[in-house]
Amino acid sequence: MRLQINKLFLALSILSALIGLGFLGWILVTLFIKGVSSLHFTLFLNDLVDGGLRNLIVGQLVLALLAALIGIPLGMIAGIYIREYGHGKYANLIRDLSDIMVSAPSIVIGAFVYSFAVAPFGGANGFAGIIALSIMMIPIIINTTDSMLSLVPKELREAGMALGASKYRVILDVVIKAAKVGIMTGVLLAFARIAGETAPLLFTSETSNYFNLDLTESFPSLTVSIYNLANEPEKSSRDLAWAASFILTVMVLLINLAGRYLTRNKK
Amino acid sequence: MPVMKIKNFSFTYAGVEAPSLKNITLPIEKNQITALIGPSGCGKSTLLRSMNRIHDLYPGNKYDGKINLLDLETGKYNNILAIKKENEFIQLRQQVGMIFQKPTPFPMSIFDNVAYGLKIAGIKNKTELSDRVEASLKGSALWKEVHDRLGKSAMGLSGGQQQRLCIARAVAVKPEVLLFDEPTSALDPISTGAIEELIVELKKDVSIAIVTHNMQQASRISDYTAFMYLGDLIEYDKTENIFLNPKEKRTEDYITGRFG
Repeated sequence: MRLQINKLFLALSILSALIGLGFLGWILVTLFIKGVSSLHFTLFLNDLVDGGLRNLIVGQLVLALLAALIGIPLGMIAGIYIREYGHGKYANLIRDLSDIMVSAPSIVIGAFVYSFAVAPFGGANGFAGIIALSIMMIPIIINTTDSMLSLVPKELREAGMALGASKYRVILDVVIKAAKVGIMTGVLLAFARIAGETAPLLFTSETSNYFNLDLTESFPSLTVSIYNLANEPEKSSRDLAWAASFILTVMVLLINLAGRYLTRNKK
Repeated sequence: MPVMKIKNFSFTYAGVEAPSLKNITLPIEKNQITALIGPSGCGKSTLLRSMNRIHDLYPGNKYDGKINLLDLETGKYNNILAIKKENEFIQLRQQVGMIFQKPTPFPMSIFDNVAYGLKIAGIKNKTELSDRVEASLKGSALWKEVHDRLGKSAMGLSGGQQQRLCIARAVAVKPEVLLFDEPTSALDPISTGAIEELIVELKKDVSIAIVTHNMQQASRISDYTAFMYLGDLIEYDKTENIFLNPKEKRTEDYITGRFG
């Protein structure tokens, strides 16, 4: 009887795994077939206005990188605060808020940023997109930093203090080093996450058909342009959307793989 | 002459009513090894962790009484329980080092591990740093094994080597007192033997207090032994007296393995 129940559960879990993986595989195969057939190296040389994707790829990366430049330090400092310094209700309040923020719908963040960074200035701008992406990123970084630091044994902190180091020295020299790999993996995964977001950009920085690095203007974005192109009636636009989706997926996948590679190698 | 005089010392953990240590009076003799023994929960680790006030990492604990530490330069005793300022804590912990149960190498190179305390103490001169690191590693019987890989990560050493590295790291800052909190309970018998030899060797230069669960270890290496039970110091004497002629019935019962 016990053996049969065991077999039943094994079969059920394999089935659920196959269903999940099946859909993932379907998405990837469709993306690959439709994406690769529309892929051409001139896509990387021309801007959208000339039927290419160059400005969009550059724009998406610039937005994500600048957002990471704000989000990573703020998130890490907050994470260090709640794990190492915060005692009692303030730290717990920040931790709870950050948990809620992780699951906040990204479109809501977009709408929120629109209200104070787009509407008063009369139009979409790159800064608003960066703010929205960094708001998405900060809670993820807080949570990974917090949980990675919690894995550092307290004896290591005590050993540092027992040598006469002050608390901040122990945190900087010992604790963060011990948690470095985990934190870096978390940072890369968070970066991969925001690099592929559409909703926070949809009405903050929107997108642009031209090559543009001016953050006060609407800013080219791969994800938002995929959304727009997919809604166009012409087949050529939809093919371009497939190619863009394929490129975006490969980009996000590469960042993810880099994160995993780091963890595996540095253990 | 005692290097440390613990007087009427009581300790209560944060958020707890009952004290974990009650009215302890105990000397730690200079250049001798004092073993603290007793069953789990008797307070021996709590007492040891009071001697460098490592308890203060966690706020809200209460101290009573005095722990007087001899200043080797002036010959005066200072009460370490009166310390409040950060720089005084730093000084205290440079005078009173600590080795933990599990080896605690820092995630950096072997050299940087040993140099860490020295750099904290403000030594910047490269030759002085490398001389002191070499001397400490030699003093901890680790030099032969690691001299050709000082730049490699300390995490690659074996457990026993890591523990000797931690001892080297503590010895490097030239403390007056070294506190060992069950330093061999996570190690195999051969590494344990090496650490025990090392501890005996070290008492030429520093005074030692060691918490141990292993009574054979206490009798092998210590000069004085304190037997504790439920937060009280039951008996303190020369180790041979404690093990051969205990005055208290409870000491005898514990030593002969009748409880604990």
